[in-house]
Amino acid sequence: MFLKKVALVGAASLWGSTAMADCGIAAGNISILSNDFPAIQAVTTAAAACAAGDVTVETNLTKDHKDIMVAALTANPAQYSSVIVSNSTLVTLMNDGLVRPLDDLVAAHGSALNKNQLITANGQVMAVAFMANAQHLFSRTDILQEAGVETIPATYEDVIAAAEKIRAAGIMEYPVALNTKAGWNLAEEFINMYMGTGADFFKEGTAEVAINNEQGIATLNMIKSLVDYSNPDYLTYDSNATQAEWEAGNLALAVMWGSRGGAILDDEGSTETVTSNTVLTGAPTWGDGARPASTLWWDGISISTNVSDEDAEATFIALMKGITPEVVQANNDAAVWLVAGYEPSAASAGVAATASGGAAPYPMLPFMGALHTALGAEISDFLQGSESAEQALADVEAAYTAAAKEQGFLQ
Amino acid sequence: MKNRTFFWFILPSLITMLLFIALPIVSVFVQSLHIEHEAVLTEVENCGPFGCTQELQINVEETQKLKDERPLGQFNGFGTYTNRNHLAFAEISQAWQSREGIGDFFSQALNLPFYRALAFTLAYTFVVTPLVLILGFLIALGVNSLPKRIKGPTIFISLLPMIVTPLIGSLILFWMIDAQGVLGATLQNLFDDPSLSLKASPTLTWIMLMVYGVWHSAPFAFIVFYAGLQTVPADTMEAAMIDGASRWERTRYVVLPHLMPLTVFITLIQLMDNFRVFEPIVGFSAQASATSLSWIIFNDLAGSEGQFFGSAGATSVLTILGVGILLIPVLIRTWRDFNRKVV
Repeated sequence: MFLKKVALVGAASLWGSTAMADCGIAAGNISILSNDFPAIQAVTTAAAACAAGDVTVETNLTKDHKDIMVAALTANPAQYSSVIVSNSTLVTLMNDGLVRPLDDLVAAHGSALNKNQLITANGQVMAVAFMANAQHLFSRTDILQEAGVETIPATYEDVIAAAEKIRAAGIMEYPVALNTKAGWNLAEEFINMYMGTGADFFKEGTAEVAINNEQGIATLNMIKSLVDYSNPDYLTYDSNATQAEWEAGNLALAVMWGSRGGAILDDEGSTETVTSNTVLTGAPTWGDGARPASTLWWDGISISTNVSDEDAEATFIALMKGITPEVVQANNDAAVWLVAGYEPSAASAGVAATASGGAAPYPMLPFMGALHTALGAEISDFLQGSESAEQALADVEAAYTAAAKEQGFLQ
Repeated sequence: MKNRTFFWFILPSLITMLLFIALPIVSVFVQSLHIEHEAVLTEVENCGPFGCTQELQINVEETQKLKDERPLGQFNGFGTYTNRNHLAFAEISQAWQSREGIGDFFSQALNLPFYRALAFTLAYTFVVTPLVLILGFLIALGVNSLPKRIKGPTIFISLLPMIVTPLIGSLILFWMIDAQGVLGATLQNLFDDPSLSLKASPTLTWIMLMVYGVWHSAPFAFIVFYAGLQTVPADTMEAAMIDGASRWERTRYVVLPHLMPLTVFITLIQLMDNFRVFEPIVGFSAQASATSLSWIIFNDLAGSEGQFFGSAGATSVLTILGVGILLIPVLIRTWRDFNRKVV
């Protein structure tokens, strides 16, 4: 994995150095804050190659970007001229007016962009997406066949039936894994599963939460039936843990992030048996729901409000250089790119199938973060068997309501 | 010293204490009395790679006007302190009225985030503190009676758990107790139970965190006691030996009374430290089974998309109050000792 990163960054910078001359920026200070994974590394490295003469480029790639971005962009001038955002972080920045509309910059420098890359709110372009992500099913075909399961499960009911067959055949005691670490990850699983029912999280047009209903209870029960086939340690499983378990060959069916697909299918960290039999398919549906039980995410470019127009323009041009078809082709398997020139591959099949199956995007609501936090703290009691589903959902509603009042969304 | 001289002597320390201790606490307290302004929401159409949806969005200009008028936010008094995510007065009184027994009341109270965290915090404090004292004292006695040549290396090794950064130490142990780790697999073998998992059951998680706490803090008690042992008066010890006191009697009637002030000191520090238990919960990914007051503060500020400054402030103030209450008995004792000596 590490070697691959080095090679990736090396390749991108090599490409960057040949293109250094034609960024077309006269002068400006460019500083980028972002999450840290291979696809983003490729983009920022290519953008950083624009540094020359009066143009300076600084990048800060960190998993903790969420914790510092608001404070860093509230300062005037802002510490960073751009944050690489996703559905949820863009809302947090927009809540405080910390990112600027990009319409004029897109008109001037974004002629190569696809229309579906533009993230608009109230008619204004607030971000430019370059990749998509979603959680979906990873299956081990050899183990499914050994257990007598001929087709890859398309519904969660099928997943449970297949898991039972695998357990009954004595192949694996705990064949299933989801990212169920208490906190953000577990809440994300609830949101994905609840999305599959088609029900709304909030009462129409208000910030009042509406998950304490039939669908909410069914959602909790479905997650519980799935984790019955997970290792008892499941409440500590995050993406790194599930990926490691998968690569170690301890799992047969897992719901993981699409952005992990490239790393799982490559020839590092695992055996030939595991990688050659791993198949990525769309997120399953369940119950009466027709849409895949998953949320669609994008990652994209935003520009700070509190920087000079000159720096904003320089940053936008540099980041456009970070998402050219050349960069995408050089890093094709690192992500599901939304940029022209991307060739779909085995690693992206799951995200593509989830999107085409009609999964909904993660809600861009200002109070979604508060609900996400409340879910992460309250539903593990139910999974551990210390309270009922009704009680867990009532707790979520109460915790959310107290938090939303404090943030001014409810009175 | 004249009062005037004393005043000028202490002034620099007083100013620093005021600036770096008192002011931040006052600012946290003031923040905890406020909540954010009412958000002005408008419904807009949001579009992206996956289509368009009608969604609520914050009207930044209108909200900014409110913020400019009163930057601290809306005054909420002690509303944050009493809401469901903190002291939960309404929920507690309802639980009391609807109780089906005292056990039922407690289980309802422990379902509230603050009381659940308080329960673990107190249990951790009152289990770990005495164990650290006892273990530290025993290690000190043991090391003190070692031959000179191996004393140095033994002291160094005994101090290692304290030298390792808490987060790193807990992460290393977390991996070792994994079902495939050294400790986890050994335990499974020992109890002949392949499904035994220290991470899965809340009880075992509590025990694991407490064992970690003792492991991490015992060296501190050890090194303080060890320093104290060097000052035990030799003539008193010899006199006790001549009187025919056994090793146990010498420890009980000479060494222990001599080390009493140090015991009070360690208890004080350990009560404060353990009440603020935090790193092991993050390191052991234990938040599903155990949370602490400090963990709640962390979760308000860094665990989520938004930041809850008022809520974090309220929990901080409650933590300071908690530490204060815990320390009262020890402080009273110190105060009495002090007065006795003056007289």
